Amino acid sequence: MIPLSNYLVLGAALFCLSVAGIFINRKNVIVLLMCIELMLLAVNMNFIAFSHYLGDLTGQVFVFFILTVAAAESAIGLAILVVVFRNRRTINVVDLNAMKG
Amino acid sequence: MEQFIFWAFAAMLVFSACMVITVRNPVHAVLFLVVAFVASSGLWLLLEAEFLAIALVLVYVGAVMVLFLFVVMMLDINIARLREGFIRYLPVGAAFAVATVVAMGLVVGSKNFGLERYAAPARKAAGYDNTAELGTLLYTRFLYPFEIAGLVLLVAIIAAIALAMRDTRQVKNPKPERQVEVRREERVRIVKMPAERRT
Repeated sequence: MIPLSNYLVLGAALFCLSVAGIFINRKNVIVLLMCIELMLLAVNMNFIAFSHYLGDLTGQVFVFFILTVAAAESAIGLAILVVVFRNRRTINVVDLNAMKG
Repeated sequence: MEQFIFWAFAAMLVFSACMVITVRNPVHAVLFLVVAFVASSGLWLLLEAEFLAIALVLVYVGAVMVLFLFVVMMLDINIARLREGFIRYLPVGAAFAVATVVAMGLVVGSKNFGLERYAAPARKAAGYDNTAELGTLLYTRFLYPFEIAGLVLLVAIIAAIALAMRDTRQVKNPKPERQVEVRREERVRIVKMPAERRT
């Protein structure tokens, strides 16, 4: 019997790893996108664990929608990345300062 | 047995997540992300979310990660420049991760969400169909969100194509309106010259 807390701690660890990945890979847009995917995976893990332990399928429906939105997000993000690379020949975050942000 | 499966997949998941954020080559990072998705799909199977486990492998590993791989391999990036500051930010990132995971662990740990608070539910019967249950819910209670999800995907398709389509003027089409307004003087020049004599 695996307690619910195991899944929740696993999701928390996954989320924190991806936040740390955003910290240490802050130059590389591709790795940043992958870290966002990992975060969404951690959230989905929590949803499914609660759905199983509470006996309510709504959590799985929400995971379904999160997967949809995440797929759309990564498709548009990668398209933007390709356009940026085509125009600037770099994906380094430091070099993308056209907006002086 | 269940414990063993859980810990094996959990270790695989955490290890591959660590490799995703630390590995040098982005292609290897994408491949480790694939491993992470497969491991979590195994965990979801353990949680009796069969449809989502299969959908994760098919949609994520099959489509989104392949898209990532295409983009990573297509872009000719200078890895060394992108790795600048990796060592500098490593202590900050690691400290933040450890602090957050300890804080979250105190909240969601076995004291609040252990087996005595949330007993593990009984295994479903052999004839139980997770896909049918989820489909019934999606097409009845969540019909409008489901349609909106389809719309989101449509918008994403159109946006991605519109962004990434290269506007090269490679195709040469005749323009009829320009063709009919051509006058003779623009195309033909009549030169008057004396006749040459054969030598």
